[in-house]
Amino acid sequence: MGNSGSDVAGPKGMSWMYTEQVKEHFFNPRNLLENTGDIDESQFNGYGQVGSPACGDMMKLWIKVEDDRIVDCKWQTFGCASAIASTSMMSVMVSENEGMLTEEAMKLTPTDIMERLGGLPNRKIHCSVLGDKALMKAINDFYRRSGQIDRMKVESSKVIDPETNVTDMDIQEAVLEGATDLETLQAKLKVAIGNPEIIPEVEKLLHFYVSKYYGDE
Amino acid sequence: MLDWAHLISPMSVQAEIQKLLKGRPKQFIYMDHAATTPMDPRVKEAIDPYFVQDFGNPGGFYELGRIAKEALDDARSRVAGHLGCTPNEIIFTGSGTESDNMAIFGIAKKYESKGKHIIISAIEHHAVEYPARQLRKEGFEVSILGVDRHGKVSVNELKETLREDTILVSIMMANNEIGTFQPIAEIGEALKNHQAYFHTDACQAAGTVDIKVDTLGVDLLTLNGSKIYGPKGVGILYLRKGVRIKPLIYGGGQERGLRGGTENVPYIVGFAKALDLANENREEAVKRLTELRDYMTNELLKRIPKSMLNGHPTDRLPNSVNVTVLDIEGEAFTLFLNELGIYASTGSACTSLSLDPSHVILATGLPYECAHGSMRFTLGRNTTKEQIDYVLEVVPKIVEILRRISPLNLDEDLVKDEGKGKLKYI
Repeated sequence: MGNSGSDVAGPKGMSWMYTEQVKEHFFNPRNLLENTGDIDESQFNGYGQVGSPACGDMMKLWIKVEDDRIVDCKWQTFGCASAIASTSMMSVMVSENEGMLTEEAMKLTPTDIMERLGGLPNRKIHCSVLGDKALMKAINDFYRRSGQIDRMKVESSKVIDPETNVTDMDIQEAVLEGATDLETLQAKLKVAIGNPEIIPEVEKLLHFYVSKYYGDE
Repeated sequence: MLDWAHLISPMSVQAEIQKLLKGRPKQFIYMDHAATTPMDPRVKEAIDPYFVQDFGNPGGFYELGRIAKEALDDARSRVAGHLGCTPNEIIFTGSGTESDNMAIFGIAKKYESKGKHIIISAIEHHAVEYPARQLRKEGFEVSILGVDRHGKVSVNELKETLREDTILVSIMMANNEIGTFQPIAEIGEALKNHQAYFHTDACQAAGTVDIKVDTLGVDLLTLNGSKIYGPKGVGILYLRKGVRIKPLIYGGGQERGLRGGTENVPYIVGFAKALDLANENREEAVKRLTELRDYMTNELLKRIPKSMLNGHPTDRLPNSVNVTVLDIEGEAFTLFLNELGIYASTGSACTSLSLDPSHVILATGLPYECAHGSMRFTLGRNTTKEQIDYVLEVVPKIVEILRRISPLNLDEDLVKDEGKGKLKYI
């Protein structure tokens, strides 16, 4: 990872200069479906939306699937350069050449997207995760609409804190959004406040996701 | 809801971006003076002799030391002159942050037998907020004064929050993000007969307003060099005679035992020179910047639909322009500006280390979307109308491009509501 002109994954993810690929997809975004008010949704058979304006990141994704291949993929993104570049790169990856089979696309990971981008700063990894989630939602939506319910993949999550219903997925997301210690995590999710006996399990997950996404400190 | 269709040119977004970015001569338009300033050449000239020629340690017995000590004393008394205090009341530090830390921890630890209650505003710089948070962990009580839509604290609310055991009130003089001035003199007056000590972080305000400590009624005051065209890595803490603090840095007894470490003579000389220059022709500079600021603000708001000013419209720093543009995100916006050679900053979460959006914008009651779309331009000594016109030309184009990429079309009326913003549209 890391390319000419930048140091994207510096220690503790502090530096955040962008790679040439990220800049390319930001200043020259591919497959954009411009926000002109009227969108002809009939050309697409799968739709996925993630994030919200309050979060500072929101993506809308439209896919067209023919013979189980993604032949077209369009998007709109509200967010930073990493978010825009991630959605653009992801849309290219799934629709380039003859297009990915839906099952292939389902297996696409944020790491795949980041590799094509030459890397993202640690603090921006969640942008590629968001792009990946939007894709999964869009494909699931296609499956649902085309009566292929059995092919839908739901991200199973395990409830860690029965008092607040905080799941392991919630903890993962919080870590991706910058919570790297217990205090910040608890401030974000209010997890294990009323039942401190689950703190060891929470910390185990916290450290797992921190080292997964941010490497060893 | 705005109907964009007829406003959009027939060119694709990519073509618009190419048109915007290609073929322009590279500019250098620096509009982030609230972050830091370039050193004034006259300051650079003033500090030069003290690196290699007059490099002595001011504590030295010999002539070389004496020369350094004289420079140090001279700098100190000049700074004291600007603040209207005695030289003994000026402590030189390594930064504004250090001065803030000295003030907050210093007072708290010295006077905790008199009480453990501290009051700060909701929009303090992290250099004040985080020491206060740390003190809270150590058993102090911290009250946070809310601010109104413009970012001002209420003196009445302060009076109501004061307790018998309050020992420190810290309110920054002018906010670095939204520019709003606080009623420091009024607060000083309100605290006159109370035991609590009054500290203000005046880093952004130096060179703009008079900072005579008796007029302000403060017991402690922070300044730093990097905001006034002086060196980074130097600041001061004004400490009123009779007020004591527990030091942070122990060592060789410098600064009356309050801040150990061989004095950074060149930078201290630089700081004094920068402060001299800032106060020289101050009224003229303020007038010039205010005109430029108002011109830029009015034009931005006029040329960009769904935009609004953050902070007080008039009672704000003369160089501060902070606007929220709905539907787009600040980091992406900053990157476009950067590509064109324009330097500004944003209150968006994406650019902060903690991934939290500007707590200042949120504290004024605006919803998160407004923080994510906020842009801060802070003008300076070298800013010209031509530079502003260039920015005014490209900014609406950048906004249009990002709006075409963004799926949002937020309702502007929701942010006009005076209440503590909870966005209702979802």
